[in-house]
Amino acid sequence: MATIERSFVSKVWDFFCSLKLTLFLLISLALTSIIGTILPQGTLPPQYVAEISHTKLQIYTKLGFFDMYHSWWFIALLYIFSLNLISCSIKRLPHVFKFISDPALILGEGQRNSFPLKKELSFSGPIEKGKDRLVEFLGKEFATPVITEHNGEFHLFAQKTAWCRLGVYVVHFSILVIFVGAIIGSLAGYKGFVAIVEGTSVNSFEGRNGQQIPLGFDVLCEKFTAEFYANGAPKEYKSILTVLENGKPVPGYTHVKVIVNEPMTYKGITFYQASYGQATEGGDHYVTVTSRKDGKAEKFTVHEGVPVTLKDGTTFKLLEATQDVSPFAPGYSGPAARIEVTRKGAAPQIFIAYRDYPDVNAQRGDNLIFSYEGSSAKQYTGLQVAKDPGVWVVWLGCTLMILGLCIAFFMSHKRVWVVVSKGHAWIYGNASKNQAAFQMQFEEVSEKFEHLKI
Amino acid sequence: MTSSMLFNVTTFTYLLSMIAFFAFLASKSKSLGLAGSVLAYAGLLVQTVAIGLRWKESYDMGVGHAPMSNLYESIVFFSWTIVLIFTYIDIRYKYRIIGAFVIPFALLGMAWAQLGMSTGIEPLVPALQSNWLLYHVITCFLGYAAFAVACGISIMYLIKTAVEGSNNNSSAAGGLMSMFPPLKVLDDLNYRAIMIGFPLLTLGIITGAAWANYAWGTYWSWDPKETWSLIVWFVYAAFLHARITKGWVGKRAAWLSVIGFAATIFCYLGVNLFLSGLHSYGSSKM
Repeated sequence: MATIERSFVSKVWDFFCSLKLTLFLLISLALTSIIGTILPQGTLPPQYVAEISHTKLQIYTKLGFFDMYHSWWFIALLYIFSLNLISCSIKRLPHVFKFISDPALILGEGQRNSFPLKKELSFSGPIEKGKDRLVEFLGKEFATPVITEHNGEFHLFAQKTAWCRLGVYVVHFSILVIFVGAIIGSLAGYKGFVAIVEGTSVNSFEGRNGQQIPLGFDVLCEKFTAEFYANGAPKEYKSILTVLENGKPVPGYTHVKVIVNEPMTYKGITFYQASYGQATEGGDHYVTVTSRKDGKAEKFTVHEGVPVTLKDGTTFKLLEATQDVSPFAPGYSGPAARIEVTRKGAAPQIFIAYRDYPDVNAQRGDNLIFSYEGSSAKQYTGLQVAKDPGVWVVWLGCTLMILGLCIAFFMSHKRVWVVVSKGHAWIYGNASKNQAAFQMQFEEVSEKFEHLKI
Repeated sequence: MTSSMLFNVTTFTYLLSMIAFFAFLASKSKSLGLAGSVLAYAGLLVQTVAIGLRWKESYDMGVGHAPMSNLYESIVFFSWTIVLIFTYIDIRYKYRIIGAFVIPFALLGMAWAQLGMSTGIEPLVPALQSNWLLYHVITCFLGYAAFAVACGISIMYLIKTAVEGSNNNSSAAGGLMSMFPPLKVLDDLNYRAIMIGFPLLTLGIITGAAWANYAWGTYWSWDPKETWSLIVWFVYAAFLHARITKGWVGKRAAWLSVIGFAATIFCYLGVNLFLSGLHSYGSSKM
């Protein structure tokens, strides 16, 4: 019974240690990950739900395809992947440690023939003298050797960067560190969104699942501006924020500029510029009418579509307005409005009046120059809010991974043996990686070895 | 002289280089092989100057930024990195014939960019206004380029095994095959190219994650581009493990390398063409 149990346990153990499992997991993770890049994730768009058949929708939902990176089976794959990593390391690490701490100091007869890199030296002096000379030589040219006497021969063994055999385990370990960081982030961190209307403040934000999370302080949005290039492409989205504690501005956190790629962090909570929009319709629009004759200007507060009559009987009407004209008129930016002017007894005229282009406004040639001064509409800034105490663990894991990869790929464990017997000596070399580069180094050393005078 | 002119010269030089490599393959004339390499190096040099010039031109226009901000610029940079990695492998390992299977990738990129895309310099949208852009793009594309070279080498490997497997009296086809490095060498070069590419891809993913965390507050959001880069990473990780697994060496490893590069190309272009996400090359997304 005991043997059966043991064989079962050892079978399970072997299963988790096997490279075949690693390959299976890597390929499965690659293949299944594709699903989430094709099917919509999270909240489904209504048109998608309308298009897909009911059975398909049910099957996909059951299988967790619409949130597949958090589905039980994907997480399970990641857990098995971690188990595979850990088991492989537990199985192989002791061997590697033994390899490093307890290297093969003596080169047996059989092993000697298997080395492609070797050279012979003949000498006439006594063996002791030859050994001393070669110890000195090896120490100078490669690394200080360990001397072992065996069957009347001296085995000198020297090695370099033996520890680089651990590189691959550093990479494996780093993956686990990253997982730990991600788990910390999902347990102790949060993400959410908050919209702040210009001139107002908030003290909480909306978490992923819709509930309000208190910030513990207030954030005031002083102003939001969007700037555009001449071709209409966005140039900068900027919020000016002030942090308030008990209603008082916090020194160092007043009028902070937050733009995309430059967030603001206060008490571990970071605010990222994410979106913007018009908060209120802003019924009031401001239009200035200047008389070309006497230069007299008069400012009107108007409402969309409601005509205003001037002293000379001319009526004008604001048809529509925008706080940023660049998407509609390439080369222009800022507020603009479409205005319809009807002179007494004449046909109505429609044109665009700008705030920032007085010359263009004047170009119309009419006696009255109209300029649009903007509206009482307020914008809101949309901020991504995040706190992730696990992020530093993730970066630590990433650093370890890069370090491990460099060690594993670009360094090699180099070993050199010199076997001294009476009248002659042999030098042997071996590297764990990049044989070609080691060969050159070995040839240089063995060249000198060959011509040693003892 | 403008960068656009120099990019045309580059494209033409890569074309000549490819023709020289093909002629080398057919004729076995060593001087043609040398011509292929020299032309590739010359093209690389011209392209380097052109990229520098375009960078300067963007500053002259007042929208100064590294020339890696849209699809045109990225594909030009991709071609540059491919030839750069090829140059490294060529000088280091001296198997010239690989050029016949790698330079076409660079030429394809340049020809597509020069003929099929608008080449204008555009100002940077807010999302791309960051130094991370430079680190992220350089590491990713150097990685992609190493995979392109590995793919070319793997195709050679697969052709050679197919021809030699079906044709034991290798007289006719064997003549051409004798130009190819031995299978063992091809397998080794494939591994070496991926050994260059894998850490660079890893660094590319990490810089991308760091940037995303800095700009959006989340280092990983399973955006299609992110996911596909991870898929590519899984495939090459599988490749690296396949090499030390019995029964997965040689042909299967070569196929994994080809599949890996196909996934790389999908990650680079397919995601943008077929899927939606944050990497829409200069879209108005913040």
